[in-house]
Amino acid sequence: MRRFLTVLLLLAAALPGLPASAQPRLITDLSQSRIDISYRFAGAELLIFGAIQYPGGRAPAEPPGIAVILRGPAEPLTVRLKARVAGIWVNTEALRFESAPGFYAVATTKPVRDLLDERNAAIYEIGLAHLQLSPATAADPETTKRFQDGLVGLRAREALFVEQPYGVQVTDNVLYRARIPIPSAVPVGNYRAEIYLIENGEVRARSTAPIIIDKSGFERGIYVFAHAYSFWYGLAVVALALLLGWLAGAVGRLREG
Amino acid sequence: MDLYLPIAEMSVNAFVIIALGGLVGFLSGMFGVGGGFLTTPLLIFYGIPPAIAVASSATQVTGSSVSGAFSYFRRGQVDLKMGAVLVSGGMMGSVIGSFLFRWLKALGQVDVTIGIVYVVFLGSVGALMLRESIAELKRSRAGDAPLRKVRRHHPLVAALPLRMRFPKSGIYISPLAPFLVGAGVGVLTVIMGVGGGFIMVPAMLYLLGMAASVVVGTSLFQIVFITAVATLLHATQSQTVDIMLGVLLLTGGVVGAQFGARAAQFLPPERLRLFLALLVLAVALRLAIGLTWTPADLFSIQAAVS
Repeated sequence: MRRFLTVLLLLAAALPGLPASAQPRLITDLSQSRIDISYRFAGAELLIFGAIQYPGGRAPAEPPGIAVILRGPAEPLTVRLKARVAGIWVNTEALRFESAPGFYAVATTKPVRDLLDERNAAIYEIGLAHLQLSPATAADPETTKRFQDGLVGLRAREALFVEQPYGVQVTDNVLYRARIPIPSAVPVGNYRAEIYLIENGEVRARSTAPIIIDKSGFERGIYVFAHAYSFWYGLAVVALALLLGWLAGAVGRLREG
Repeated sequence: MDLYLPIAEMSVNAFVIIALGGLVGFLSGMFGVGGGFLTTPLLIFYGIPPAIAVASSATQVTGSSVSGAFSYFRRGQVDLKMGAVLVSGGMMGSVIGSFLFRWLKALGQVDVTIGIVYVVFLGSVGALMLRESIAELKRSRAGDAPLRKVRRHHPLVAALPLRMRFPKSGIYISPLAPFLVGAGVGVLTVIMGVGGGFIMVPAMLYLLGMAASVVVGTSLFQIVFITAVATLLHATQSQTVDIMLGVLLLTGGVVGAQFGARAAQFLPPERLRLFLALLVLAVALRLAIGLTWTPADLFSIQAAVS
């Protein structure tokens, strides 16, 4: 938090003196560039903040439009739809998507539709409705849309897809910040924070910052062990189970005898 | 206390999982069953992904059966020869089960299959147990001596070739019969995460006609081996064994089992069997409702199989 304040103060002090350029620029920093998942990890909050550097150092009277996106690694996946077959709910239809982010959070100063038109929102993938998931199964647009909505709805319920329409706070039309909640079930990998400055429905400036979310310490050790040496891991688990079970039996006999 | 599970990739309340293990352990100590048929559904209700619930439940059954297997062995109530045949059948069955599991996963039908298999097996075994224990209760009310079953194996079993003598079990049958029984239970162990004692014990008694004194011990002996093999298969094939989840479940389970075993001494055995039958039926009913009830979300996501 202290680092955050220092950066803001420095930025605020330095801004008027910066050389003028034709386009505004975005300066971005993160509360942490790495999120470690340890045994007590129960979710986190990432603070994405920074300043807008205007040409001539003069902030406009109008509050700027800002969109802050945190995007996780994309992976192919299959979305399945259940239907009742003989009274039982069974997966019947399926649609494959080539690249769906495992995590996607967007915070904006105003609802996305008030900031951008459909085309620009789709180009920059701003807003849950504008994610480009690359469906790999041939299907009519209506079906694809239905599955896409299903995917977004599911991920939103798990707090893996988040849209905060008023999630970006802007101070003096220069400083911006957004808090992105990260749930405990977040997938690990390389993340990217993207910040867009939007004026009159168009993206004027953009900046990005990388973030790594990874398991650390013991949790990471177990995960790596389980994947790289799966046979020995399985053997270790069995040995542990046998030991615990045998110990309990021995203790129980001692108490009886 | 929140604890992050490294393989399930989610955080759980450690005390809830320990309590869950303790409850299952208590019941398994009381009824003398492994309790896998309770652990898997309870973990799934809690929100653990089914594949991980099944794998970690198999681990718990290994731990909760080993001390029982030891004490039966010490009393000479394990037929090692029969056990070896059952285990070799079980190994084949669990390998078949793991391929079946993989195939179902690719089809996207794992969850519903686990559900249906559970409902069918628990429902029928529970109904059989209920019928038998009610009949027994009635007989003991009427003051009759409990009916002595004439021990004889099933005619189908007698028809199999290559007979072999199993002195401890007191039978002379083809080893193919226990091999196939073991294989069938092995498939279930991998798919359901259960030891399969609730199928093995009746199969040994009524299908193979084994001596009642060695049935439970031999069944536990086979369960320890097959659940261990199932854990290994899940660990190597799909990396779904979560060691933290296993340890939490076992911690609660082994303590609960001690209390359950003590509580069992205060209840007459026919009453115990009645309670177990009702419990099994309740789980089957809950799962049947889960299969037919309109789910909260009709969509589900499956990560691509790498």
